[in-house]
Amino acid sequence: MTLSPALSQAMGNILAARGVRKSFAGREVVAGIDLELTRGECFGLLGPNGAGKTTTLRMLLGLARPDAGEISLLGNPVPQAAREGRIRVGVVPQVDNLDPDFTVRENLVVYGRYFGLREKEMDQRIPALLEFATLEARADSRIQELSGGMKRRLVLARALVNDPDLIFLDEPTTGLDPQARHQMWEKLRVLLRRGKTILLTTHFMDEAERLCDRVMIIDHGRSLAQGAPHALIAQHIEPEVVEVYGEGVETWFHETARPLSDRAELHGETAFCYLRDPGPLIASLQGRGSLRFMHRRANLEDLFLKLTGREMRD
Amino acid sequence: MPPLSWRWVPVWRRNYLVWKKLAAESVLGNIIEPLFYLVGFGMGIGAMVQEVEGVKYMAFLAGGTICYSTMLAASFEALYSGFARMHVQRTWEGILNAPVSLEDVVFAEWVWAASKSFLSGTAVLIVAAALGLAQSWTMVLILPLAFVIGLTFSGLGLIMTALAKSYDFFMYWFTLALTPMMLLSGVFYPVTNMPGWLQMVANALPLTHAIALGRPLLLGHLPDAALLHLAVLAAYGIAGYLIALRLFRRRLAS
Repeated sequence: MTLSPALSQAMGNILAARGVRKSFAGREVVAGIDLELTRGECFGLLGPNGAGKTTTLRMLLGLARPDAGEISLLGNPVPQAAREGRIRVGVVPQVDNLDPDFTVRENLVVYGRYFGLREKEMDQRIPALLEFATLEARADSRIQELSGGMKRRLVLARALVNDPDLIFLDEPTTGLDPQARHQMWEKLRVLLRRGKTILLTTHFMDEAERLCDRVMIIDHGRSLAQGAPHALIAQHIEPEVVEVYGEGVETWFHETARPLSDRAELHGETAFCYLRDPGPLIASLQGRGSLRFMHRRANLEDLFLKLTGREMRD
Repeated sequence: MPPLSWRWVPVWRRNYLVWKKLAAESVLGNIIEPLFYLVGFGMGIGAMVQEVEGVKYMAFLAGGTICYSTMLAASFEALYSGFARMHVQRTWEGILNAPVSLEDVVFAEWVWAASKSFLSGTAVLIVAAALGLAQSWTMVLILPLAFVIGLTFSGLGLIMTALAKSYDFFMYWFTLALTPMMLLSGVFYPVTNMPGWLQMVANALPLTHAIALGRPLLLGHLPDAALLHLAVLAAYGIAGYLIALRLFRRRLAS
């Protein structure tokens, strides 16, 4: 396969994809994704369950063959030269796949061998990796003895054994408690400061807003919006949100919320009012004891729900 | 041929490191089971049929037992342990994120399961020698043979692993393929004792060819038509590996 001129040009980028498509059993899971990552940025791939995030990641890594499209991973055409590309890539998978038969240290040593690293190199790198993962005291622990957060940090340290330029993280904080999530974000910030490029998927919008320079929201295998989180919010959503719930919310929604909001939606028992000036609406709520409300700034989650809808994805 | 690289070696080493941790238990099992086989069957049946094909029954049985044990060692490794690494523990998934291809991983599993056969064959050989059943230099050729038998049954076993949805599926392979093979391929009695049509079936089975090589080597002479038997074992093993690889590709890299 020869690369198109546009993609060859994008080879300067650390990762580039054009028109990537993939179907399973006649259903198109990824329906034409384009993306480009520049060095040192954190890029978030956001979407509901089944939107095509993981399949996209697998294709970018050369683990699944696209039906159409072109991919370049650190200058290597994928899937043809995916193995060469992956030499400079680290991957944190969605589900922990640490080796349960090994200790923390052995997990790192064995993984380093897959990259062709020599024992001496590994001996030098491992103390720094353990320190980065705050697992120095756990070097000889078995995997079963680690907490969820520790396992996640070890998976991250393992993804760094080859000192990668680009790190893929597939839902890095799913299932972690708030302490562990914040610690994980801190580690990722350190990596960004060191100049690493990060591509992460998540369905936690606060995570994306905190970490990502740019995000792409995808659903049904298609890109719905792409850009810096705050620019996207400003572009698509009114800046203020008032959420209202309680006795009589439906009547209030039709009589008061709609005229006073730029946009208002009623979902079940809760009214979501999106507006530029929340003053009059909040004033109207002051005298109504039966209604409770929360006033906040619009966030990425509002944008996400606007673009992908509110129905459940199971 | 599928694209291969030397990167299958660290995958093999990973499995070896796990085995080393549990080596004591594993070696004990490798020795105890064939020991009871040989002593139990050898003495029990040996009391009734003192000699088969001109040798003591226990000596006749030893050659069959070595081949049978190596077959089982590779099968258990390729099926149960292989499935654990591919599916349950997601070990392969982790490895494939490194610059290692599916071809490398499957090749490493193929060779690793055969290495388990080599270890098992070594253990049984020590037992047989300790019982005075192997005295000729030709018995050392059992060791490379055990590895070849391992490649045969690990290649075939990997097909099952590639098709399995759960561990339960492997019962079919054991009850419908390996157990009948053990009973028909001359582990306990000469294949020539059976009616002609069953002998034809037996001659199509890889274990028959394994025993045709292993038994004479243990008894102290070089087997007849050795190249033919080796070719059958190699053909089964390589075909198994290539079919399994195709199935793994469809399952994991589609």
